[in-house]
Amino acid sequence: MSEEKLKFAFYWAASCGGCEIAVLDIDEKILDVAAAADILFWPVAMDFKYKDVEDMDDGFIDVCFFNGAIRNSEQKEMAHLLRRKSKVLVAFGSCAVTGGIPGLANMSDKKGVFETVYHENATIENPEGIVPEPSSQVSEGELTIPEFFDTVDTLDQTVEVDYYLPGCPPPTDLILTAVTAIIKGELPPKGSVIAPNKSVCDECRFERSEKSITAVKRIYEVEKIEDKCLLEQGIICLGSATRGGCGAVCMDANMPCTGCGGPTPNSLDQGGKMISALASILGLEGEDKMTDEEVDALMDQVVDPLGTLYKYGLPSALIKRKVMK
Amino acid sequence: MDDFEPSVVAFLCNWCSYAGADLAGTSRLKYPANVRPIRVMCSGRVDPVFVMEALKEGIDGVLVAGCHPGDCHYQSGNYKTNRKIKLIKRLLSDLNVDPGRVRFEYISASEGQKFADTVTDFVAQLKEMGPNPLKEGCK
Repeated sequence: MSEEKLKFAFYWAASCGGCEIAVLDIDEKILDVAAAADILFWPVAMDFKYKDVEDMDDGFIDVCFFNGAIRNSEQKEMAHLLRRKSKVLVAFGSCAVTGGIPGLANMSDKKGVFETVYHENATIENPEGIVPEPSSQVSEGELTIPEFFDTVDTLDQTVEVDYYLPGCPPPTDLILTAVTAIIKGELPPKGSVIAPNKSVCDECRFERSEKSITAVKRIYEVEKIEDKCLLEQGIICLGSATRGGCGAVCMDANMPCTGCGGPTPNSLDQGGKMISALASILGLEGEDKMTDEEVDALMDQVVDPLGTLYKYGLPSALIKRKVMK
Repeated sequence: MDDFEPSVVAFLCNWCSYAGADLAGTSRLKYPANVRPIRVMCSGRVDPVFVMEALKEGIDGVLVAGCHPGDCHYQSGNYKTNRKIKLIKRLLSDLNVDPGRVRFEYISASEGQKFADTVTDFVAQLKEMGPNPLKEGCK
């Protein structure tokens, strides 16, 4: 049977560009991808215009890999456009799946972000107090730029998503699994996360024994990392609350898991699960004799719980943003 | 705001606090009807996700009650929950949600009065705070 080549598209919204690099990290296998698929749209690497996508028939693109969170009107518009033009839409990377680092901006709003970026930062010189406006008048006429939103959303809070490929960036193996499944037409049921159903701990090289710690340490406070579970050494490692598939590579470099794989299957809130884990291992020694003040001091050692436990997932958490008064 | 009646979910442990709430009832003690008790086998069963989900769904206050220190039927569930609630409170203040909306108390099976007092006090506090800001959907 004379097979027509698959049609792929890649797009980036609020992201750092690391996901685009991750696509190239599949190395020479990219040639197999190129043999099986044509890339119709990839702003980071190829010169296409949005108009080219608009001119396509609906569902013309077979698979669109969409990375980045939704934080302005251009990204929202492109999410809707690519959804319409694609048969399969894949949320690619932590930002698209759970909100990612840009999602931490949900600790503030448009006003707060602009205040910091255009006025308060020490290196900013902006005597006229110029901030971006969606529309401005210049002598040549009206200039418009996308509108900046108060809240960062994930891709599936914006449009319907068929598959999820988490990770910051998604591990090469998972990208290959996904692309191979697409090429062979062996995709899992719609809505699946293309990653194992096990936690990062399951893939970690470190030995785990008795879980009980007396103090929480930040990584710089540990003189020598021992060859055992980082959590047992007092370093907050989100491995137990995070979906695996990464091969626990951070731990191979003696760094704790920061949770980019998103929550484990069937868990509603990654941070909430990690709170449970921390509460059940911290300061067990003499817990029956501790005063409430001592317990408070113990819990105060978890510096910046929000930034630590929701580093990649605030927009998809149960409480997705700070309440602005 | 005078007619604001806060909604409260109370997670009560089977062995102490639920029996305490029961005693409050059989003793005909009066306390506000704003509280919706949920019996759990141990306060340690209360996952932080329950608390956050309740707040997200618009519940104004969450009460978690367990056995007194040393009395836990499962030895240490109450200590764990005390810790969990403390961390949840820290998280909530980061999110600008009043941490006072979540409360942990030790209530034994004989403390019907303490249950009634706790609920009365909590509801009064929540009336002061006003409706849960997450109620309108946190957009």
